[in-house]
Amino acid sequence: MNPRRKQRMTVVGSIIFLVGGAVALMLYALNQNIDLFLVPSEVINGKDGVIPQTGQRLRVGGMVVPGSVKRDDDSLDVTFDLTDTGPIVSVSYQGILPDLFREGQGIIITGVLEGANKVRAEEVLAKHDEEYMPAEMAEKVKGIKHVKPSGAGY
Amino acid sequence: MWKWLHPYAKTEATYHLCEKLVPWFAWLAVLGLVVGNIWGLAFAPSDYQQGDSFRIIYIHVPSAMLSMGIYAGMAIAAFVGLVWQIKTAHMAVATMAPVGAVMTFIALFTGSIWGKPMWGTWWVWDARLTSELILLFLYLGVIALYHSFDDKQQASKAAGIIAVVGVVNLPIIHYSVEWWNTLHQGATITKFDKPSIAPEMLWPLLISLAGMACFTGYVVLRRLQSEIIRREIRRPWVIKLAEEVEGGKGAL
Repeated sequence: MNPRRKQRMTVVGSIIFLVGGAVALMLYALNQNIDLFLVPSEVINGKDGVIPQTGQRLRVGGMVVPGSVKRDDDSLDVTFDLTDTGPIVSVSYQGILPDLFREGQGIIITGVLEGANKVRAEEVLAKHDEEYMPAEMAEKVKGIKHVKPSGAGY
Repeated sequence: MWKWLHPYAKTEATYHLCEKLVPWFAWLAVLGLVVGNIWGLAFAPSDYQQGDSFRIIYIHVPSAMLSMGIYAGMAIAAFVGLVWQIKTAHMAVATMAPVGAVMTFIALFTGSIWGKPMWGTWWVWDARLTSELILLFLYLGVIALYHSFDDKQQASKAAGIIAVVGVVNLPIIHYSVEWWNTLHQGATITKFDKPSIAPEMLWPLLISLAGMACFTGYVVLRRLQSEIIRREIRRPWVIKLAEEVEGGKGAL
């Protein structure tokens, strides 16, 4: 390779390296702000030593605890519990839940922390995993009965 | 080792290579898109969780993968253009950028349409969605920079640098769902494990992906040809080519 090409290669290479390094440092510094949500154990035990304060706006993501969904018969009020590895955050919400909302489902809520483990949600989003399979296979492999979106009856 | 590549530094050779490849890409694109999409949209079983809504995957995933693939290709071309100062490589960058931008837009758009019924929102600022949006801005930056200089040599250099630097974003997009908590789910097929999608749903997806890739190849090659003609309009071989085409018309 002739020296001029070599020089250009070094220049372009070092530009990529420097920009890459800068972006990596930036992402590292912003690391905890890039996470979209806290998991319930982080809400209760804190994340990197910071425990969320009452009145703070936050996003919490976790699994809906089976059997915890309670609907008010006369209004759109609904309460349910979220968990990840043990600690439970209870959520109250008024509004229409997304189609994929059901017990055992991953859910992300945006709201205000009202007590140590109580959140008043303003928005409820449903998360789904990266697995796709037909209903019969889901029943055989995972033992999940097919629940049509919006057919769950919450 | 790279000797076979050398003739294609000449625009004429590249033009004729494109001419030869174009029909192959065109037919494979039609075949892949028709078979993959009809199979996926009409015959593949519906998902146990999402029902029929998941079928948008047959457009969303191929376009999202290609948005990143085209970027990688564009960045390699930009690197070759910058270091070896090969004009054809610079032209390829200018050719690929708009195609990649459209693919990125399709990925974002179909993702949004998919997100509303399933997640409950059109958009959320999670790491995957945001980094894909940045990819769109990178493409737009390359296009804008290329068109903001009258001197195309200068333009190619400036656009090439953005294209090369933007490569940093590709691993961020790919690993965003692993490094951070996101609403977007993890990778289904681009991982070392077995794909977590049932085979009867995976096959139409792979065929759609191949079809979309061939379609991209077709569009890129055709655009590259017209870019070559536009920038080499005063070269004898282009004039000769034009005369041949004119002559052919006259004979009809």
